[in-house]
Amino acid sequence: MTPRTIDNEAVATIVGRFDSRPEMLVQILQQIVQHHGWISEDVIRQLASELNLSRADVHGVVEYYHDFRTEPPGEHIVKICQAEACQAMGSRELTEHANSVLDEDTTLEPVYCLGNCACAPAVMVNGKTLGRVSTERFDAALAAMREAGS
Amino acid sequence: MSAIRVYVPRETSSVSVGANEVAVAIAREAGNAGASIELVRNGSWGASWLEPLVEVEVGERRIAYGNVEADDVPGLFAAGFLEGGEHERRLGPIDEIPYLITQDRWTFWRIGLVESLSLDDFLLHQGFKALRKAWEIGADAVIDTVTEAGLRGRGGAGFPTGIKWRTVADAEGDQKYVACNADEGDSGTFSDRMLMEGDPFGLIESMAIAGFATGANKGYIYLRSEYPLTHTILTRAIDTAREAGWLGENIQGSGFDFDIELHLGAGSYVCGEETAMLESLEGKKGIVRYKPPLPAIEGLFGKPTVVNNVVTLASVPNIVNLGGERYAGMGVNRSKGSLAFQLAGNVKRGGLVEKSFGVTVRELIEEYGGGTASGRPVKAVQIGGPLGAYLPEEQLDTPLDYEAFMEIGAMIGHGGIVVFDDTANMAQQARFAMEFCAIESCGKCTPCRIGSTRGVEVIDKLISGEKRDESYDLLVELCDTMEDASLCAMGGMTPYPVRSVLKHFAKDFAPEAKA
Repeated sequence: MTPRTIDNEAVATIVGRFDSRPEMLVQILQQIVQHHGWISEDVIRQLASELNLSRADVHGVVEYYHDFRTEPPGEHIVKICQAEACQAMGSRELTEHANSVLDEDTTLEPVYCLGNCACAPAVMVNGKTLGRVSTERFDAALAAMREAGS
Repeated sequence: MSAIRVYVPRETSSVSVGANEVAVAIAREAGNAGASIELVRNGSWGASWLEPLVEVEVGERRIAYGNVEADDVPGLFAAGFLEGGEHERRLGPIDEIPYLITQDRWTFWRIGLVESLSLDDFLLHQGFKALRKAWEIGADAVIDTVTEAGLRGRGGAGFPTGIKWRTVADAEGDQKYVACNADEGDSGTFSDRMLMEGDPFGLIESMAIAGFATGANKGYIYLRSEYPLTHTILTRAIDTAREAGWLGENIQGSGFDFDIELHLGAGSYVCGEETAMLESLEGKKGIVRYKPPLPAIEGLFGKPTVVNNVVTLASVPNIVNLGGERYAGMGVNRSKGSLAFQLAGNVKRGGLVEKSFGVTVRELIEEYGGGTASGRPVKAVQIGGPLGAYLPEEQLDTPLDYEAFMEIGAMIGHGGIVVFDDTANMAQQARFAMEFCAIESCGKCTPCRIGSTRGVEVIDKLISGEKRDESYDLLVELCDTMEDASLCAMGGMTPYPVRSVLKHFAKDFAPEAKA
């Protein structure tokens, strides 16, 4: 699993990848979240300093976008599409089922469209999109996720 | 003996139902059988309900097998899969599948056909032919051709592309940009994604043409983060194109410079609105800008910017190659050409159907879609994403034409068609429209930010039957305010689905709610 903490050096490396350009802030935050799961206050402070932005600026951007979690997620991240095409194929019922079977090690998040609307309902498990997810398929994916993660 | 080509899509939908596992199984079985195969990873033809759809090249034909699972592969090999053998999964030659061959594939013609990440395959299939022609005929002639074609923005707004390009070309500026909007957030839409995954070089060529025509040497693609596989494919395609001299300075010795930077979004629906997208590309919160100034005059970093949707851009190479008149000959009225419609939700045969404008909703969902997946009657069809109206059964004969849709208080948007069967509770769908707006509003204007939250509350009252006449009138008034006074389509069009439910499905609110 990806580590849920990030040190100054790792942040600096990511910033360096984008030549410390302040207009790359969304891209930098995206990489931090993808690799480390969340954005801490320390990261915000460091980014403000390295990109020559105010902390309020960085804070505003972090708060604005759904992808930028400010709390560490569980070991696994499961997203269930809550948009209309998936609703039409039972995503509300699937979400209820997920809530009843998920453990604390898994963060369940809503997502509004994975672009897999012809194979609804769609679910993303640790960054991987799945389609035609019945409750049986969901449980199988969960079992596979735990096996891969342990 | 040369290797037998076996096609297995590397495309989100196909992979989401097991295409990678099927590819692995095929390689293993071929190894066991001592057969020499070449695994080709193409895009999806768009028959999503048949995914994973694999093909094997037998002589000049490609024989398709549908809904293949990894467990089927040993049996397929036993049935002579590599010779196109008979099997319950066998569909026959790909070029005889009615769903595909009855379409008008103008923009999506290469998707499924070619290996997505092979520049050689792209070049073999008219790759960069239109860019070369653009250099030959000159920027003005390219814009004239696009204008003549009558191409309109496929992201949803339907603005004439030629006029936009002309505005940017004529704008004063030492630096101009092309910004490709790949923030395909509408539920029920996936055509941008399929295009980028199946024909990434086609998008690169299209952006280069837009840059050449308007005098821009830098392009941006703003891709939503919900498409990780697309990101991988586009990243590799851009690198490959650059290494081969199709991006960068002095492309192929033409004297034309053009390069592309790929940006990821971060889960904000509003960033699909063009000015919010520009803000996000600048590294800021995705908050909508006031217009004017238009992005064509003051866009990215204050410079003249062409902002076009993926499918809009990708429609251009064939317009340049075949002529604007030919494109304008397709479609109806002021809706020229074709649109890649996407059949989604509760539909038996979901997928991508590129058809000329003028086809009716019913033709698409019955003849292509085959009705609902559940087999129950169709209750409602939402077209154009979360801001689009819900059409009842009696409106399904409306032809897909921008103006015809406006007349019934609906919109075509990006061409997503989401089917609901008779178990759907439309009051819940109206509530969701407001709830989604409340979640995604950028917060800049009051009607959208506050109106959506109040909308959820009023709809809850309507559903419970509390003060029903008063609540009904209040909801209608709220819809008027949001529609008239919001800054962009988010707040301005959220009333569309709500009003359509009030008008056509009032019974789904409290039984006594007035219609």
